[in-house]
Amino acid sequence: MATSEIAPDVSLVQAYPDAPALRFDNVSVSFEGKDVLENISFEVKRGETRVLLGPAGVGKSVLLKLANGLIKPDSGRIYVFGFEITSMREEDLYPLRDCIGMVFQESALFDSLTVRDNVGYRLTEDHVPEDEIDRRVAQALHFVELDHTMDKYPSELSGGMRRRVAIARAIVSRPSLILYDSPTGGLDPITSTTIIELVIKQRDVYKTSSIVVTHRLQDAFMIVSHRFDCDTNKMEPLPPNQTDPCTSFLILHQGKLAFDGSTHDLIHSDDPFLKEYLS
Amino acid sequence: MQINAMPLTTIDEAAKKGVSAVQRYSLLSAQALSNLFRRPFYGADIITQMDRIGVGSLPIVILTGFFTGGVLALNTASSLMQFGATAVTGELVSLAMIKELGPVLTSLMVSGRNASGMASELGSMVVTEQIDAMRALGTDPLKKLVMPRIVATVVMMFFLTIVSDALGTLGGAFVSIFMLGQEATQYFHSAYQTLQYPDVVQGLVKPLFFGFIIATIGCFYGMNTRGGTQGVGKSTTQAVVVSSVLIIFVDFVISKFMIGIFGR
Repeated sequence: MATSEIAPDVSLVQAYPDAPALRFDNVSVSFEGKDVLENISFEVKRGETRVLLGPAGVGKSVLLKLANGLIKPDSGRIYVFGFEITSMREEDLYPLRDCIGMVFQESALFDSLTVRDNVGYRLTEDHVPEDEIDRRVAQALHFVELDHTMDKYPSELSGGMRRRVAIARAIVSRPSLILYDSPTGGLDPITSTTIIELVIKQRDVYKTSSIVVTHRLQDAFMIVSHRFDCDTNKMEPLPPNQTDPCTSFLILHQGKLAFDGSTHDLIHSDDPFLKEYLS
Repeated sequence: MQINAMPLTTIDEAAKKGVSAVQRYSLLSAQALSNLFRRPFYGADIITQMDRIGVGSLPIVILTGFFTGGVLALNTASSLMQFGATAVTGELVSLAMIKELGPVLTSLMVSGRNASGMASELGSMVVTEQIDAMRALGTDPLKKLVMPRIVATVVMMFFLTIVSDALGTLGGAFVSIFMLGQEATQYFHSAYQTLQYPDVVQGLVKPLFFGFIIATIGCFYGMNTRGGTQGVGKSTTQAVVVSSVLIIFVDFVISKFMIGIFGR
């Protein structure tokens, strides 16, 4: 994809150039009296990928929705590219969301629209000319290797293909932050590897900041232990004992942040929960 | 102690839920209406909804209007015959259709067809995270989905009611002329002569309120759907029941108000 042609309005992203892409500051949220997340603090630097691990139902998806302003926290502050979004009105959040791509757990494709209209949805809303939309959608679908699906409906696609269309929809406007909510959930191992390859490709080719939510350890370690080779257009493993320096881990446990650090620190942690979780 | 406190807690919770629902309904309606004056304006979506709601409802409105007018003529004529006053059949049919039955029956039919459709469509989008996806893609669902449905329903209800009134009067004419052997001129003359300005105003103001109720209730239950496909079914049922009851209630209020103003 031609980066310069499909970049969104970068003025918001560059308004606070020293600010991290995302910062959580003592964020807590509860639903119907039940605490889901308690005092969560972490940050995602620009160009960094954070792999968010944790058992099912621990609040990983909630955390991503908080990051995108889709739900509001009970307390604490969330900053996206330096903008404090917790006090923003919904209509003020929309321009900022143009700089964020989100891949939903179950893809959340619009089932009454074709793949072309799904991927080009944001461009259509921005009144981009039709031929320009076609071109950009074709580029995004080429990135996820689904060139032939332009006129199909989501119901005509397999689960893995739907997930790849969701990734294409998230990246079509070249966002500066991507939130992947369990992109491999419910997929077979081969398709999961294809999706992880796309995540790594996006990280290494476009250096996009991202959070990748997963509960599959093999996916998490594949992201830190592989790089994308643009020449062969394939991902390849990093040399032994090497990990991607821009990728680190966050682990949630019982609504709290149980770990925030590098792969090395995670593997060598003495925390009983982490040891049991990784075993 | 605990056993006695439980029903009170339940009543308390139910009351809170009720007040919260009214508050959320009012907020949704107000936000959707205020979106009429904010950019972007989804004109194409309004036209699409007008086609779905208005043109799509035309067959049921035509049939309902025609046969209601017909059955009104049948019933009133058999009663009026006892007093030798069948000549005023047209008067009774047109008054009943234009003031009351046209707006109410059309609204109930449109409610059954479209409030349920809106609740199920939006409800399915909520449970499959499509609404969240829309927000994440920078689109306000109240602006894109709710506002066009409200505008389209209010506008189309107005025209559908006129169609229903006309077909109802024609249905009454069909029965009076071809089945009861009345004079066509007499029927149409009495049907036209009895109508006064307040009757027409009353008959045309009601569908505007009813259209608003149908769309806002349908969208409210759709947007507040919880609990997967079962929740979608529940929202759909609730949307039809609540909008139908509200239409009957608001009809009473508007009639009382209009009679108070115009004296008939």
